[in-house]
Amino acid sequence: MSTLLSVRNLTMRFGGLTAIDDLSLEVPAGRITGIIGPNGAGKTTLFNCLTGFYKPTSGTLRLAHPHHGEMRLEALASHKVVRDAQVVRTFQNIRLFPKMTVLENLIVAQHNVLQRASRFSIAGLFGLAAYREAEAAALDRAATWLERLGLVDLADHAAGDLPYGIQRRIEIARALCVDPVLLCLDEPAAGLNPRESAELNELLLYLCRERGVAILLIEHDMSVVMNVSDHIGVINYGRKIAEGTPEAVRNDPQVIKAYLGEDEDEAQAGGAAA
Amino acid sequence: MSAVVFAHHRMSPAERVRDAAWVAFVALLLGIPLIGLTTVDAGGRLEVSTRFGMLALFVAIAFGGRIALRATVDHFKARKLARQQARGASEATAASTTRRVSTWLGWFALGASIGLPILFSDNRYVVDTATTVLIYVMLGWGLNVVVGLAGLLDLGYVAFYAVGAYSYAILATEHGWGFWQALPVSGAMAATFGILLGYPILRLRGDYLAIVTLGFGEIIRIILVNWTDFSGGPNGISSIPRPSFFGLEFTRRPAEGEQSFAAFFGLDYSPMQRLIFLYYLILVLALLTHVFVSRLRRLPVGRAWEALREDEIACRAMGMNTTNIKLSAFAIGAMLGGFAGVFFAARQGFISPESFVFTESAIVLAIVVLGGMGSQLGVVLAAALLVLIPEFGRNFAEYRMLLFGAAMVLIMVWKPGGLLSHREPTVRLGQREETPA
Amino acid sequence: MAYALQQLINGLTLGSMYGLIAIGYTMVYGIIGMINFAHGDIFMVSAFIAVTCFTLLAAADVSSIPLALMFVLMVTIFFTSAYGWAVERVAYRPLRGSTRLAPLISAIGMSIFLQNTVQLTQGARVKPIPPVIEGGIELWAAPDFTVQIGWSQLLIIVTTVVLMTAFTWMITRTPFGRQQRACEQDRTMAALLGVNVDRTISLTFMLGASLAAVAGVMVSVYYGVVDFFIGFLAGIKAFTAAVLGGIGSLPGAMLGGLLIGLIESFWAAYLWAEYKDVATFGILCLVLMLRPSGLLGRPEVEKV
Repeated sequence: MSTLLSVRNLTMRFGGLTAIDDLSLEVPAGRITGIIGPNGAGKTTLFNCLTGFYKPTSGTLRLAHPHHGEMRLEALASHKVVRDAQVVRTFQNIRLFPKMTVLENLIVAQHNVLQRASRFSIAGLFGLAAYREAEAAALDRAATWLERLGLVDLADHAAGDLPYGIQRRIEIARALCVDPVLLCLDEPAAGLNPRESAELNELLLYLCRERGVAILLIEHDMSVVMNVSDHIGVINYGRKIAEGTPEAVRNDPQVIKAYLGEDEDEAQAGGAAA
Repeated sequence: MSAVVFAHHRMSPAERVRDAAWVAFVALLLGIPLIGLTTVDAGGRLEVSTRFGMLALFVAIAFGGRIALRATVDHFKARKLARQQARGASEATAASTTRRVSTWLGWFALGASIGLPILFSDNRYVVDTATTVLIYVMLGWGLNVVVGLAGLLDLGYVAFYAVGAYSYAILATEHGWGFWQALPVSGAMAATFGILLGYPILRLRGDYLAIVTLGFGEIIRIILVNWTDFSGGPNGISSIPRPSFFGLEFTRRPAEGEQSFAAFFGLDYSPMQRLIFLYYLILVLALLTHVFVSRLRRLPVGRAWEALREDEIACRAMGMNTTNIKLSAFAIGAMLGGFAGVFFAARQGFISPESFVFTESAIVLAIVVLGGMGSQLGVVLAAALLVLIPEFGRNFAEYRMLLFGAAMVLIMVWKPGGLLSHREPTVRLGQREETPA
Repeated sequence: MAYALQQLINGLTLGSMYGLIAIGYTMVYGIIGMINFAHGDIFMVSAFIAVTCFTLLAAADVSSIPLALMFVLMVTIFFTSAYGWAVERVAYRPLRGSTRLAPLISAIGMSIFLQNTVQLTQGARVKPIPPVIEGGIELWAAPDFTVQIGWSQLLIIVTTVVLMTAFTWMITRTPFGRQQRACEQDRTMAALLGVNVDRTISLTFMLGASLAAVAGVMVSVYYGVVDFFIGFLAGIKAFTAAVLGGIGSLPGAMLGGLLIGLIESFWAAYLWAEYKDVATFGILCLVLMLRPSGLLGRPEVEKV
């Protein structure tokens, strides 16, 4: 099992506040890695550093890209993290293009490929064959993911008008259209009902096992994290307090303390319920 | 009925009167200093004169208007509610009806615009006004790229119009360039200004962007007023050559070695020939703009503009270089404005900074917003409305801008999305097999 | 040297007026996050009201200057705040919670409307009033140039300082100030805690208009002429001042106003007078590019 992403001594400070404090973490290729921790532990900040939205104060983020060799994510601007390193994220509070249709959302995700094919829009303006082929390919790819995620019937609806659970799925479908090497999901199960979470579990396992996409998953819903993750890292106050298999993490006293305070009995009960 | 229906609160007559009385009171307060009292010049110094009759009329209108407005709003709300309860027209059929009507309206507008000079071939006024409408349509389509599609609020659009106009004026009067030679160069010039302005302000958010672009527009105007050697200062540039029809001039007596349009086609000379030619020229320019922008909208760059308007952060998370996307929107919008400016200079034969004030930017912006941001047809409707309404009410010429301002406020409050706010998707799943044209 | 000192005094006077208008922008931006584009025109309306009041007083032969000033200030503030209230009620409140562009467009519409209303009802010609306060103190009689601070200049600077202090006190120490700041931070939460958000926003507009009214009275006293177009440039410059100082910050607006006033005076005196507006706009662009949060504003962290 090779390491895809290796986070070394990552620190992120905002003025006096240290959101991430000397964090090190390995994300293996082709596996699902869960990141859990109480609210405000620094999970989303980690994602923001990973995807170029924040410049880390110090530390390194090395990605062993299957085609381009080693890349340093901390040195890339946010759009290059996606375009060149193929590390794609979703957002905790869903960021779709609400007035555009579901299909358009998925086509926009393939902007860089299409823009190159349209040759500064000139080939596109004259409808040259090269561009038409690229567009057809983009539509095919979008249609494939729409089918896989059961969104075909909604393809021509404005994304912003659809129910919350479906918007979550659209956001994942859109990220998949970028053809990610590493997919970073920020609380994908938030706001989903139990049936939808179960479908999400299935989807994540499919992506990882069948498609070989490595997934980094921030999640509060233990039924998702514990069931699908191969490996879990626990963060509190910006530091990693535990790491290991779901089983090991579930029984780690440090983790129980972080989530539930000192009371051990309740912690056991909470762990069992999860 | 199982569903809970929230009835619109109906006011009792007493409540209505009380409500209207309150509005009348506010109208009185606002009216006293501006309507009730005014200062007039009485031999070198001011004197206060009163107009209480007019004030009373104003208050009465406010009272009556409020009652009428309330009644109308109540009536429409009740009807809308009834429709919702009946669940009559489904959303999908409504959308397809809108689409059919829009298509039909679009073809009608095209036919009318082609036929207009034939029907009114000896009516100078009609052709002139229609030309003005088309200039605004073209400006509106250009600004639509920046504001409607890319969502970047530009309050200094007139600057690019000015750059185009002055580029042509200077190239033509000082370097003897023709219209068709100068057109692409002036457009490129305007696009360059678009990028120059766009680059430093990429990081600004909406309202800041608005103010900076406004400032930029004013800077250009102030420079045009003061840099006399370059721009002719407040006097502007005059005797700008008119465009010719493939080298045929629209003059009674063409220059040595040139041929006139009338002579070539064996027609009698008439000044209308030039006006009609100018009309068709701007029509062609506008239609080209329309085709260009509609096609761009269906290309990656156009979709990227719309995505940028919807959510910039999500754009970055999809690997899009937002810098380039913004700059391309600025550059293309500016270029189209520049083309319109070239035409304007060629049509007027005279330009001065007077034509490029902030109000012009506001009018073009109003056209885009009132039309329904991003809607090409909406721009045509709004441009026609805003140019024609003041023309129809020429007796109210001095009320023109007043009504204009009031209309901007009222339409925004009534329909924040604009007149035609329906958005047509750039691609549909069903169309996948067809060649995307 | 003497000339420079005189420019300093002129710049401070001008800057005080910009600062007063800028506070209106900053408070409204703070509470509803929009540029009240019509604020400059509210200021212009107030200047006309002041002119009418002065003319009335002159006709009534009021000779006591302090009394006259107090009267004009009170009347002008009263009517101008009514305008501030009405503008918010008509053009902005229905659009709260709408898209970001909608209120800005209706604000521009409101600005055009107010300008043309005044042009139609009061006339397009400039309105001159006889000087209200004349004379001043000679500070320094250099051989070739006499530095002078006019009573009207002194009045403007002192009034501004007093009002600034009062406003800062009000925002930081009174229940209204607390409610106002609560609405700035989170309108929904403030409403849930029993703050009357609508009333707070209306009051903010009225307060902003009142300060613009003070500036309007000062302008008519200082320059002695008023026309319907003064709102546009004054508004933009005051907005620049608010941005320069850091939008949302009261002391920032004042500081920004003074800086803009000084820059304008010195630029006009030593460089090219005809390009003084270009200087202001140039500064605005520079500030927004280099330090978008302004001199005293808090930097904004991009929320992802």
